[in-house]
Amino acid sequence: MLMPKPDKAVIDRRDRIIADLVAMLGGDNVLKDEDELRVYECDGLMMYRQLPMVVVLPETTAQVSDILKYCTENSIKVVPRGAGTGLSGGALPLADGVTLGLGKFNKIIDIDFDNRAVVAGPGVTNLDLTKAVEDRGFYYAPDPSSQIACTIGGNVAENSGGVHCLKYGLTTNNILGVEMVMMDGEIVTLGGKALDQAGYDLLGVITGSEGLLGVITEVTVRILRTPEKAQALLLGFDSTEAAGDCVTKTIAQGIIPGGMEMMDTFAIEAAEDFVHAGYPMDAKALLIVELDGPEVEVAELTDKVKAIAESCGATSVRISENEEQRLKFWSGRKAAFPAVGRLSPDYLCMDGTIPRGRLGEVLGKISEMSDHFGLRVANVFHAGDGNLHPLILYDANIEGEAEKAEQFGSDILKLCVAVGGVLTGEHGVGIEKRDLMGEMFSDDDMKQQQRLKCAFDGKQLLNPGKVYPTLHRCAELGRVHVHHGKTRFPDLPRF
Amino acid sequence: MSEIIQPASADDVVETLNWGLERKTTFEVMGRGSKLGLGHAVDAEYVLDLSKLSGVDFYQPEELVLSASPATPMDEIKALLSTNRQQLAFEPPDLSAHLGKKPDAGTLGGVLACDLAGPRRIKMGSARDHFLGFDAVSGRAEIFKSGGRVMKNVSGFDLSKLMAGSLGTLAVMTRVIVKTMPVAEKTRTVLIGFKSGETKAGIQCLMDALGSPHDVSGAAFVPEKLTKRCSVELVKNAGCGVAALRIEGPPSSVEFRCRAIRESCPDAVFVEELHSVNSGKFWQEVRDVTMLNPEFYGADTNQMLWRISVPPSGAAAVAGRISEKISGDVFHDWGGGLLWLKCPCDDTGNADAADWLRAVVNDVKGHATLMSAPETVKQSVPVFHPAAAPMARLAKNIRNAFDPEGLLNPGRMGT
Repeated sequence: MLMPKPDKAVIDRRDRIIADLVAMLGGDNVLKDEDELRVYECDGLMMYRQLPMVVVLPETTAQVSDILKYCTENSIKVVPRGAGTGLSGGALPLADGVTLGLGKFNKIIDIDFDNRAVVAGPGVTNLDLTKAVEDRGFYYAPDPSSQIACTIGGNVAENSGGVHCLKYGLTTNNILGVEMVMMDGEIVTLGGKALDQAGYDLLGVITGSEGLLGVITEVTVRILRTPEKAQALLLGFDSTEAAGDCVTKTIAQGIIPGGMEMMDTFAIEAAEDFVHAGYPMDAKALLIVELDGPEVEVAELTDKVKAIAESCGATSVRISENEEQRLKFWSGRKAAFPAVGRLSPDYLCMDGTIPRGRLGEVLGKISEMSDHFGLRVANVFHAGDGNLHPLILYDANIEGEAEKAEQFGSDILKLCVAVGGVLTGEHGVGIEKRDLMGEMFSDDDMKQQQRLKCAFDGKQLLNPGKVYPTLHRCAELGRVHVHHGKTRFPDLPRF
Repeated sequence: MSEIIQPASADDVVETLNWGLERKTTFEVMGRGSKLGLGHAVDAEYVLDLSKLSGVDFYQPEELVLSASPATPMDEIKALLSTNRQQLAFEPPDLSAHLGKKPDAGTLGGVLACDLAGPRRIKMGSARDHFLGFDAVSGRAEIFKSGGRVMKNVSGFDLSKLMAGSLGTLAVMTRVIVKTMPVAEKTRTVLIGFKSGETKAGIQCLMDALGSPHDVSGAAFVPEKLTKRCSVELVKNAGCGVAALRIEGPPSSVEFRCRAIRESCPDAVFVEELHSVNSGKFWQEVRDVTMLNPEFYGADTNQMLWRISVPPSGAAAVAGRISEKISGDVFHDWGGGLLWLKCPCDDTGNADAADWLRAVVNDVKGHATLMSAPETVKQSVPVFHPAAAPMARLAKNIRNAFDPEGLLNPGRMGT
């Protein structure tokens, strides 16, 4: 993975820079020794590691502003970081960069039930948002698998999803506002507790921007009332096509379940061995459908989904009888990654999205690729929204196997794009999929996106080397190219 | 009258804009022109009429996705979706009566470019939340795309969000992809009466209902005076202010939830229920703001329509301060947080009153948009809530990133 060439002049000034940062933040908030820096050398994508030049852990928005202003004035790159659970390497440090950790912004600032909003520091974990309001019967809807550890700031940066997205949306649909510091140190507030904002939707474009546009120092999320009841159906099928058919028919009948997850044979076996959730071991595909809402509604919809499943040839149908059993049904799915991980020294978790109708075809091709590469793969699938997570098993200690796994993963993502899908549904591009962006976007597409970055960060000091395979200078991107004398404009109808 | 240019393809748009760059000219971008009254008047040399870029590319109801050219009429979209009992869940409003245009004349691209949303905003979000991807031509005369046709996608910056609500000032969309959603099997509306002057209690009722587990999909408060302009008898004859709560879903669930809401308001002056047809009528009137239609103000055309968005908990205070200072009519949608205000203005532009109103709205961290007013007023009053300096700089940088020569809709969003 080629990263921007470290700026030797910056590295040579490291001691001076550290001294300045210590003066700004105090010694406890600046990490400089190798053993301390080691903790930050990678995020959830452990294949790539790099020691940062220095790590800063500011405690206030003003300090973040001071740091960014200082870095801008001294042309120092900055990599923002939440809990470091990201799976695409968005928080991979730079040898000549400051890693800016938001872990100390871990307080909930305001809980406002009238406006159904919670204001929190970006370092508050996803799950702690729900914990803060659950005694009053509320929750925060997006629930990425890493929700115990991942932070809301990171969720905003990655536009994180989870199993409830189809019905409740992604992070972008569930936040109301952010406070953000721009690379030049300017503090801006986007949105608030009202439902919309004046002017361009900057909140929308910040969400999922992978730390390239600004550093978030406060987030206002929308909370929802916990549904009265949730019930899960565990449906076994003898083919992924039949399971896919069941998903299609459910949605076609106007039912949008709270969650709809599919697992293939390998994933079922791995999960069952690990947590003993009672999954049907003879099934070729397993579907977990969760319905939530008022008790009467859940009962009505459960009957409907059961009938649909049976009409699609379900080989087994189980309905959770109580909360304990519902959670048991989910336990296998939620533990699918570690369960598969147990079967192999290493695994790579991919994250493409496909039009749901192409699932059978895509799984078939993934199976062929698995034979071709000689690497096993398990598939878990957010079936409602087409988000596919193939888990590729490999052993990094075997010469060349990691590269083979990466090649396999990249072939899967190319396949996703080829069938009309996208490179990443919820994990982000980071460095992992950076060099695949050209599969999905033309040069002009990417240049236009990079011009947006220039609008926020003209010196391109914030998280460079991520998301976009080629760095262009903002001045170069800004130029307008007129194609003289090539128009046939006069031929167009004019009135 | 500016000369009209009608491209029939994305390539035509590229060539037109390239020619525009060469000539250093400007374009007013429009679909069918139904929302030209939104924002400031555009002073452009040419009109870029996209009406030929019309038609649905594909619609896959089982995948909840539709792709169409931007000037596809909303009528056509709605008719197509209804054949599969689906809809655009954000309930795009038709504000034609306020903009002096024919009803039902809008396009899908126009709805997205204006990021309009109706009462279901509180539950399902706005146009931006249903806008999955697009192809466009920037003010640099370059084709680019963003997003895609799938629900979950974080590949690159989410430019759909930026295009939504940009009023054609960044790029010319040539194809759009949106999420479609099922229409609920059944709809009912619980009406709860409050004595006049009890706006605060009415809005508290909306906020409480939205904080209940009953999954409310519309929450509006109409004061007594405006109920009389509603075409639904139960509302028209209420004789008091009315808080309305819409409940949608499977029949058994709707009945259960309506009952639970009715039982939670023992102190109300009255509690009634609207069934499907009347619910539909009522929420359409809230959505399209018909209770403030020009017809109710007769010959007096010196009227402004303001759209004020605030956190719901601040809404009653804002309404109270407005009623002390301005003689106008207000009702609330979005759980109280969206105030529609109709008030008189004078020929000189009434800038002082606008500044005062915006200061009141700033106090609760909201914003106010001037949706319609005589042109003389719009010349002196900013239509969009003035942004703080750093935000204004950012907005300018963004516009430069997409349309550095200011080719598209110059002045539409103000300076």
